[in-house]
Amino acid sequence: MHAISENIPLLLQGIATTVALTLLGYVFALVVGTVLAVCRVSPIPPLRWAATVYVEIFRNIPLLSLLILIAFGLPDVGLTLPYFWCGVLGLTLSSAAFVCENVRSGINTVPVGHAEAARSIGLGFFGTLRHVVLPQAFRTMIQPLVNVFIGTVIGSSLCSAIAVMEITGVTQRLNIQYAQAVVMFLVAGAVYLVLSLGGAYLGGVLERAVSPSDARRRGPDRALDVQAGAQA
Amino acid sequence: MSARTNTATQVLFDAPGPKGRRRILVLSILSVLVILGVIALGLRQFAMNGELDPGKWVVYLRADYLAFLGKGLMGTLKATAMAAVVAFPLGLLLALGRLSRITPLSAAVACWIEFFRGIPMLLVVYAFLLALPAYGVNVPRFWMLVIPMIMVSSATTAEVFRAGINAVDKGQHEAAAAIGLTPRDSMLHVVLPQAVRLVLPSLILALVSLLKDSTLGYVVSFNELQFQGKTMVSITRYLVQTYVVVSVIYIAINFLLTRIALALDARMKARATGG
Repeated sequence: MHAISENIPLLLQGIATTVALTLLGYVFALVVGTVLAVCRVSPIPPLRWAATVYVEIFRNIPLLSLLILIAFGLPDVGLTLPYFWCGVLGLTLSSAAFVCENVRSGINTVPVGHAEAARSIGLGFFGTLRHVVLPQAFRTMIQPLVNVFIGTVIGSSLCSAIAVMEITGVTQRLNIQYAQAVVMFLVAGAVYLVLSLGGAYLGGVLERAVSPSDARRRGPDRALDVQAGAQA
Repeated sequence: MSARTNTATQVLFDAPGPKGRRRILVLSILSVLVILGVIALGLRQFAMNGELDPGKWVVYLRADYLAFLGKGLMGTLKATAMAAVVAFPLGLLLALGRLSRITPLSAAVACWIEFFRGIPMLLVVYAFLLALPAYGVNVPRFWMLVIPMIMVSSATTAEVFRAGINAVDKGQHEAAAAIGLTPRDSMLHVVLPQAVRLVLPSLILALVSLLKDSTLGYVVSFNELQFQGKTMVSITRYLVQTYVVVSVIYIAINFLLTRIALALDARMKARATGG
C-alpha cells in the first residue's frame, strides 16, 4: 500500500492529466463534430464531400496510429506540439468523427414534416437547423454522445503511449518501480470507471431533464442501434 | 436508410432558385479553394522538410518492404481473428448470464461486463505485461495482446448480444411458451437465432474495434502492423512515410468492414419495414 501513499502527488497529477485530456478532447470534438455534421447536411456539395471524407478517415483509423502519427510524425514536417496537446488533438480529431455521425443521425430522426413546416414559415437552412431540428435532435443524441464521451475517456489512456503522463502512464511507471501490478491496476481502473460511469450518470440526468413527460413514461426506446459501442 | 437520409437532408433547404443557385455556386467555389488551400499548406510543410521526396515514398512498392509490412498485417489479422473467435461466443455466454434469472449470477456477470467496458484495454495489457511475470507466469507475446482483447471485446459484444435478444419481439417468447417450449428451449431455438441475425452488423463493427485494439501490439512488441511499422522506422528512418502507409492500410480495411456492416444493416432494416 505504501506504493500509493508515497506517490499521492504523482497519482493526483496523473488523474488531473487524464481529466484534462478527456474534457478538452471531448469539448473540442463536440464543436468540430457539430460543424462537420452541419457541413454534411448543407446545400454546398464540396463541404458535404469534405466532411464525408473526414469522417471516413478518422472513424476508421486506430486512435493509437493517429496519436503516433501526430506526436512523432508532425515534428518531421516541421510542426512541434507538446505531447499533451498532441494527445488532445488526436482525441479531438477521432471523437469529432463519431460526434458528427451521431449528430447527423440525430438530425435524421426528426420527422421530415417539422423541417417542412419550418421552411414553410420562412426559415432558411440555418434557421431550420438551429430553431427546429437541432433542439429536437439533441434529445435523441444524448445517449450516443455519452458513448462518445466514454470512448474519449478510454481513448485518453492511449496518450501514455506517446509519453503523456496520465493515470495509465503513471501507474505503469509505479508498476515497474514497485512491482505491485494488481494494486496499480485497480487504482487506474477505478479512475476510469468513475469518469465513464459519472459521464453516463450525467447523461442520464440530462436526458430525463429534456425529455417530454410522455416519452419519460414510455421508457427508453428499445430499437437496436448498430453503431452503439462502435467506438474504441 | 439512404432514401430517408436524402429526404431529410434535402428538406432542410428549399430547392434553390436562380439567386440561391448562384450563392451555392459561389460558396462551393470558395470552399473548394479553402480546402485546396489547406491541402496545399500541408503539402508545402511536407515539401519544405524534404518529406515529399519521391524516393522516400516509392520504396513502399518494393517487394521486400511490402513483405515486411505484409508480415505485420498477417499478425494483425491473426490476432484479430483469434480474439473474435473466442470473444464473440464468450460475449454471447456473458449476455445470457446477465439475462439469467439467477440473481447472483446475473449481478456478477453485470459487474464483470461493466468493469471491462469502462476501463481502457491498455490498462489490461499493462497488467498482463507486468503482473503475470511477477508471479512467474510467462505467456507468449501473442497472448499478451489477444487475452486483453478477448476480455474487453467479450464485455462489449455481451452488450451487443443483450440488445439483440431484447430487440426480438416479445411475442416470439410468448408463442414459444404457448407451444410448450421450456424457457431454455425457447431461448435456444426461437429467440437466439433471430437475435444473432439482428446483431450481425454490430458484430462486424465489433471486428473493426478489435482491429483497432490490435494496434496495442505496439506496446507489447507483438509483430502486428503498427509494431512492424515501428521496427521499419528504426531501420529506414522514414518515419512519416511508414506511419502514413500503416494508417492508410488500417483505414482501408476498416472502411471496407464499416461499409459492409452499414449496408447489411440497411438491407435488414429495409426488409423489416418493407416486408
